[in-house]
Amino acid sequence: MPEKKPNRDIFTVDTSKYDFKDPERYVYKARKGLSREIVEEISYIKGEPDWMRELRLKAYEVFLKKPMPTWGADLSGINFDDIIYYARPTDLPARTWDDVPEYIKKTFERLGIPEAERKFLAGVGAQYESEVVYHSIRKDLEEKGVVFLSMDDGLKQYPDLVKEYFGTVVPYDDNKFAALNTAVWSGGSFVYVPKGVHVDFPLQAYFRINAQNMGQFERTLIIVEEGASVHYIEGCTAPVYAAQSLHTAVVEVIAKKGSHVRYTTIQNWSRDVYNLVTKRAVAYEDAVVEWVDGNLGSGVTMKYPAVYMLGKGARADILSIALATKGQHQDAGAKAVHAAPYTSSTIVSKSISKDGGRSSYRGLVRVYPGAVGSRSSVRCDALILDEHSRSDTYPYIEIEEEEVDIAHEATVGRIGEDQIFYLMSRGLKESEAYTLIVLGFIQAFTKELPMEYAVELNRLIELEMEGSVG
Amino acid sequence: MADLEIRNLRVAIEGKEILKGISLALNKGEVHAIMGPNGSGKSTLALVLMGHPKYEVLEGEVWFKGQNILELEPNERAKLGLFLAFQYPVEIEGVTLSHFLWTAYRALHGNGEARISPQEIKVFRQRLKENLKKLHLDESFAQRHLNLGFSGGEKKRAEILQLLMLQPEFAILDETDSGLDIDSLKIVAEAVQSLRGPNFGALVITHYQRILHHLKPDFVHVLADGRIVASGGPELAEELEKKGYRWLTEAQGV
Repeated sequence: MPEKKPNRDIFTVDTSKYDFKDPERYVYKARKGLSREIVEEISYIKGEPDWMRELRLKAYEVFLKKPMPTWGADLSGINFDDIIYYARPTDLPARTWDDVPEYIKKTFERLGIPEAERKFLAGVGAQYESEVVYHSIRKDLEEKGVVFLSMDDGLKQYPDLVKEYFGTVVPYDDNKFAALNTAVWSGGSFVYVPKGVHVDFPLQAYFRINAQNMGQFERTLIIVEEGASVHYIEGCTAPVYAAQSLHTAVVEVIAKKGSHVRYTTIQNWSRDVYNLVTKRAVAYEDAVVEWVDGNLGSGVTMKYPAVYMLGKGARADILSIALATKGQHQDAGAKAVHAAPYTSSTIVSKSISKDGGRSSYRGLVRVYPGAVGSRSSVRCDALILDEHSRSDTYPYIEIEEEEVDIAHEATVGRIGEDQIFYLMSRGLKESEAYTLIVLGFIQAFTKELPMEYAVELNRLIELEMEGSVG
Repeated sequence: MADLEIRNLRVAIEGKEILKGISLALNKGEVHAIMGPNGSGKSTLALVLMGHPKYEVLEGEVWFKGQNILELEPNERAKLGLFLAFQYPVEIEGVTLSHFLWTAYRALHGNGEARISPQEIKVFRQRLKENLKKLHLDESFAQRHLNLGFSGGEKKRAEILQLLMLQPEFAILDETDSGLDIDSLKIVAEAVQSLRGPNFGALVITHYQRILHHLKPDFVHVLADGRIVASGGPELAEELEKKGYRWLTEAQGV
């Protein structure tokens, strides 16, 4: 590949001194499709160090070579040539409020989301102003030495840290979509929590996305040092109107000895989106990693938050819900890999299928030789609300150690006439009775959410049950 | 016309006729007991009055507050002031008893506004506390998931707690006494007894007479093979206790 741009050697010097984003000097034009040239351009515009550019290019090659996965949801509708992989905020096509689909507007209204925020979430108009809140949080964090930046800024300000950990949990050649993300990533969060520091309020990507970091190929890296703790939250219950029909993120979490990390996601992408996400954590000795993962939106989701327990006594808790309605396939689950003695994992998955939706639980529990005394408990419950909907369970258990305690339990339920009658006899309308049962079904998930998220999630499910969404 | 009037009610399930023409007139301020052997149609009557969809009404009417309630959904009947204490309450995971009571209370007594006054919540909480105490239940009981893992006796008490909290005008108690030990039976019966007054009526369905010792009925009816075969005062229940049901059913040629 011949060099097309002038003097790239300067990137290897000190990237933080230069502003390569200066639009006066370099012109980038957002366009559809992906090529080696576009990958190079992305890296170039961001003013990245060489190693990142090379990593992107290697990943791009892997992306081209790897076949589409055929073991999960149907991905045949993805047209890689019809996607804009990178666009600066100023390049985005101007959209107006009129372009936003009616059901999304209605949902905003019924969720009581403020006007300014609605426009932001819908991808039209100005940023949502929560800068004041964000700044005060940032000051508090800085005093503790906590880093909470966009991934782009993280790379600029902490290049060594990023280089040390980036791609170590999810390698660039891990799978086709991790490769794609590595090649074109933009946005996402970089979080670093120093030894022994407890961040006592959730870090919410929600605040930061206001600074237009909400890419659809975002990359998040969270490093939590020994004995530290953090709760990171991304996404929101309000529907997100996507510019592109593909959301391919990678999240890497490194939980050092004795640390505690919780990562909460609620995704509600618009229904035309393929949501293909690789989320993985490594947990060292006595570390606890918790994935709390809610999937409401998108057309097709494939997401299996994973924890690799590499140190003795490490623990993984993976709690997820999926709601699949008309035209949706939620293929979600969990992976727990026991690679050290006395590790334990708990997987709880709850899925709801209605109006022809399909939800699948796909999970893996793997115990390596030597992981003696490990325990794993998997429970997946499916609730099917009508005859047209579907639920499947694909639990994989691979155990190469004898001294372990593994439990798997799966239930498939339908709401019975007697349950509805009982609730109606107490004054609830039929739809309210169904809603109450569904909310009760996912209560184990909801109670783990911060209050405002729980309230919004419940409200959103009420709307779904009333049939007033979508 | 009586406050709650059942006229010639005939009901079938899966083509089989269970109730073969029931007529009863109940007024507020009264407690009626319906007794009868197993399989006589007692529970069917309770469920049909509340509107269970599995039953087919062949004939008859049930008038309450100027409406034939057989045409109404169960929630509409509840809203009119009808309540059924279930013989077999269902379990609902993830819904606490207190949340459920509040939801039901709002559905029945709310004015349709989303706004809730703090005062309203305060009063509700206070009443919940008092009623739990009345039923000898710990306050933590209200935080358990609705009927989930409740013992037989706890389920029955939870039904009566709902009765106390939701304040209906007419309650049907479907074998609330079955499965209760003597102490629990007394607690439950006394709680129902405390509701008695000019604005409350009850239809107590029971197989045994023992709940009627605590909850003195004004009228006793005997149901056998889908028909009321005898009606009388409280003395009828005592007679049944001594003689059993056979003398009545035989007299009717059933």
